[in-house]
Amino acid sequence: MKIPNRKGYFGKFGGRFVPETLIPLLYDLEKAYLKVKKDPSFWKEWQYLLKEYAGRPTPLYFAQNLSSYLGKKIKIYLKREDLLHTGAHKINNTIGQVLLAKRMGKNRIIAETGAGQHGVATATACALLGLNCVVYMGAKDTERQKLNVFRMKLLGAEVVPVYSGTQTLKDAINEALRDWVTNVTSTLYVIGSVVGPHPYPMMVRDFQSIIGLEIKKQILKKEGRLPDLVLACVGGGSNAMGTFYPFRQDLQVRLVGVEAAGEGLHTDHHSATLAVGEPGVLHGMLTYLLQDRVGQIKGAHSIAPGLDYPGVGPEHAYFKDTGRAEYVSVTDEEALEAFQLLSEKEGIIPALESAHAVAYLLKIAKDLPKDTIVVITLSGRGDKDVASVREYLEGN
Amino acid sequence: MEKNASLIKKAINTIKSKGDVAVIPYICCWDPDLETTEAILWELAEVEPACIELGFPFSDPVADGPTIQKAIVRALEHQPTFEAYFEFISRLNQKGFPYPIVCMTYYNIIYRFGLEKTVEHALQSGLAGFIIPDLPIEEAQPWIKANQNSGLATIFLATPTSSEDRIQKIVKHTKGFLYYVSITGITGARDSLPEDLADRLKITKNLCGNNLPLAVGFGISKKEQIKLLYPYADAFIIGSAIVKIIEEKGKNSPKEIKTFLKNLKNL
Repeated sequence: MKIPNRKGYFGKFGGRFVPETLIPLLYDLEKAYLKVKKDPSFWKEWQYLLKEYAGRPTPLYFAQNLSSYLGKKIKIYLKREDLLHTGAHKINNTIGQVLLAKRMGKNRIIAETGAGQHGVATATACALLGLNCVVYMGAKDTERQKLNVFRMKLLGAEVVPVYSGTQTLKDAINEALRDWVTNVTSTLYVIGSVVGPHPYPMMVRDFQSIIGLEIKKQILKKEGRLPDLVLACVGGGSNAMGTFYPFRQDLQVRLVGVEAAGEGLHTDHHSATLAVGEPGVLHGMLTYLLQDRVGQIKGAHSIAPGLDYPGVGPEHAYFKDTGRAEYVSVTDEEALEAFQLLSEKEGIIPALESAHAVAYLLKIAKDLPKDTIVVITLSGRGDKDVASVREYLEGN
Repeated sequence: MEKNASLIKKAINTIKSKGDVAVIPYICCWDPDLETTEAILWELAEVEPACIELGFPFSDPVADGPTIQKAIVRALEHQPTFEAYFEFISRLNQKGFPYPIVCMTYYNIIYRFGLEKTVEHALQSGLAGFIIPDLPIEEAQPWIKANQNSGLATIFLATPTSSEDRIQKIVKHTKGFLYYVSITGITGARDSLPEDLADRLKITKNLCGNNLPLAVGFGISKKEQIKLLYPYADAFIIGSAIVKIIEEKGKNSPKEIKTFLKNLKNL
């Protein structure tokens, strides 16, 4: 079975729930993407830029110290997306989508950003490829992430603070959609995760799948077999889907997505959409959502700003329902501990998002059988989080 | 009393046959509170509308501009439930409210409540139909199925980016009236409308045929705009301009809204 189907569904999830104005554009985008998908010159250009400009392939690093610390009986590998240009996996996707926009003859790019990582990656791709860039960012996030706002401006992008709703990522997406409805012909909306209306979840997944494809090749070379356990953090879910997708048919590989439990699942302050959310429609897709009884969307919380989203990619919803992947969650506190541990043991300061995946391994390591090979996707580096972690640790 | 899709058409025809302007006012239920909403509705009844669009607020209204977004924020402070919305419609109809009311809300509210249950409650309350701006025809099969033989108006939207082929398909699924979006954009009063709007309305009216009225909305707030478009559209949807009065006058808005609409209708 081909996933998604022609209408953009992954099982019962996905679709195109957007205002009529955008529907013909989504058809155009899908057509343009399916065309370049078969065009080797497109992928050659994309691969060239990812290699020469962004720094691919990223290493699959054997974390010896961490493995020893956890009792030597398991082998832990880290997929080092944190070493990429702009500091996270986001650039794999933005270079792809901006290249596509150029081929479609668009001259203006819009994007949403929460913490600023996708905004920076989009502004970077636009600077490189010579397109105008407008980034929508919740007003609260522009306050919390002033440095990233400045970075985007340095890269030539316009940053528009969004004051509506909760003034965070979900409202930035609403505002980007409103911009797109208004500037349909000139503009392409570059979505940062495997979310939104079809064809975005499919397209972003394809661009991010380079992560999993590289892991497969690298681990076969190093270990002569596939890993037993693969871990990645899930907000919208792009690094996790990019990691999981190439393994989807290797059923011996256990795939685990780690969501943010924030202050705990018993509170209202978390982002564990797959753990406790219920199906609904937001941002053009049918998927699991954090919502109240009436269907109003709830605010999400996580110490990791990139996980702070009340929805999740529809393909993850599908993987959850079919059982192909498991979804678990760790709290802010557990993520912070992992953040510090990885820094101390390996000299790698991970993004707080990625620290969630490490934290889950710490929780289950003692129960894993001997010789288990684990791969964790380290989706980004922690430079952006150093100030807030300091505040948190000194405040407690 | 039955208040369904056919009643909207009847109302529009009655108004038009008198050479009058058929308007469809929009307000958001609970903005700024339910008491004021009811007061506004009774004032609206005095300007003889074709029908009334009564919004149920949703936290993430992607098709709406700043004016209606703010109204939704005011309404959500009351934490309204969909049950309470239907009860309110029931009460109005028991009191003999004389015009059809259609609900404008986003799909998640209906999905969450349940499609069949929504139709059932709508019929019991005497609601005339629904406008769901984030439900394009591609995704509407379950909704259309739930409405088979319901008699409710399933109002879909057509826009400047919809091809004639698409509009034809949209018309097939539409009952009550076709909602033509004047601009590529979000809701909100505008000083000027696209120059080719009259031409596009002509083409769209043709595709609607004689049985489906054509209403135009988004950006309409001025008498001159209505004068210009009067020959090409059957009804005019006025939203943000009214909501702006509520924003400014709050509980004192009902009478002002009536005056505003009376003046607007008086070409």
